[in-house]
Amino acid sequence: MTEENKSKQKPRKNPLVLFIHKLGSPAYFYRFSGKFIPWFWAIFLVLTAIAMYQAFFVVPADYQQGQSFRILYLHVPAAWMSLLAYSFMAIFAFIALVWRIRIVEILAMCSAPVGAAFTVVTLAAGSLWGRPTWGTYWVWDARLTSELVLLFLYLGVIGLYNSIDEPRKAARAACLLALVGAVNLPIIHYSVKWWNTLHQGSSISLMGGSSIDGSMLWPLLIMSIAVKFYYGANLLTRSRVKLLEQDMRKAWVKDIVREGK
Amino acid sequence: MDHTPFIAGAYGIGVIVLLWAAIAPLIKKKSVIRDIRRLIQVEDRSVDSNP
Repeated sequence: MTEENKSKQKPRKNPLVLFIHKLGSPAYFYRFSGKFIPWFWAIFLVLTAIAMYQAFFVVPADYQQGQSFRILYLHVPAAWMSLLAYSFMAIFAFIALVWRIRIVEILAMCSAPVGAAFTVVTLAAGSLWGRPTWGTYWVWDARLTSELVLLFLYLGVIGLYNSIDEPRKAARAACLLALVGAVNLPIIHYSVKWWNTLHQGSSISLMGGSSIDGSMLWPLLIMSIAVKFYYGANLLTRSRVKLLEQDMRKAWVKDIVREGK
Repeated sequence: MDHTPFIAGAYGIGVIVLLWAAIAPLIKKKSVIRDIRRLIQVEDRSVDSNP
């Protein structure tokens, strides 16, 4: 058999698998992810502008809650995003613990501050909505308390990661905490069903339809898509900075700095 | 009850928190790149002095 035939018989790797392998390379990930960030920010800004215009100038005031219901266009997308960011962090943490992929460790750790920011916004906006609607800023009901626990979990992951000097050991410990903390996600989601809470149940359901009017629903959905792009842009930016910081002495980082990218 | 302060407060906090979360990594990137440039300069100087 000639050399040419031998090379022809080599099993060819699936292009998707090949691409995922490539993404595991810090240099490739840095350059590849950099292409998406400006687009993500642009989409986020455009969608936010559309949603906010509708929320403040098109949608009428709610017949029961009055003007304060406009806070929900911030509170609800932020609340959904706080849960989704934790879900992503837990998935990344699982992959990082099982397959020890450094970039996924970094993605898990960079998810935490973004998720924590959304949780702070959720709690603050919810509290400011609660005062005119419920007559109080805060009650220790199951939904509010479990969301506060989510914030503490995020802070715990960030704190644990920063308390250990060796980055990979730190990431493994923090990933374990992130994974254990994922038990809080169904508790937050089902808290309004499992316990008698002041916080109302879901108004929007993927399967059962929505109990709010369509004109009020669309801006909410647009805003909830917008924050996903915010999360993506912020996560990738943070991951790229973390890669530069960790690989400071490596040739690919020096090349990138020399190129001015 | 006037709801304006609650709406303004909620969106104000939202903008500040999300803006800070977006700007913080850019500030960090600047300082990391400064450190890397310094490292490159030190290495270049040591190569020049030991040809």
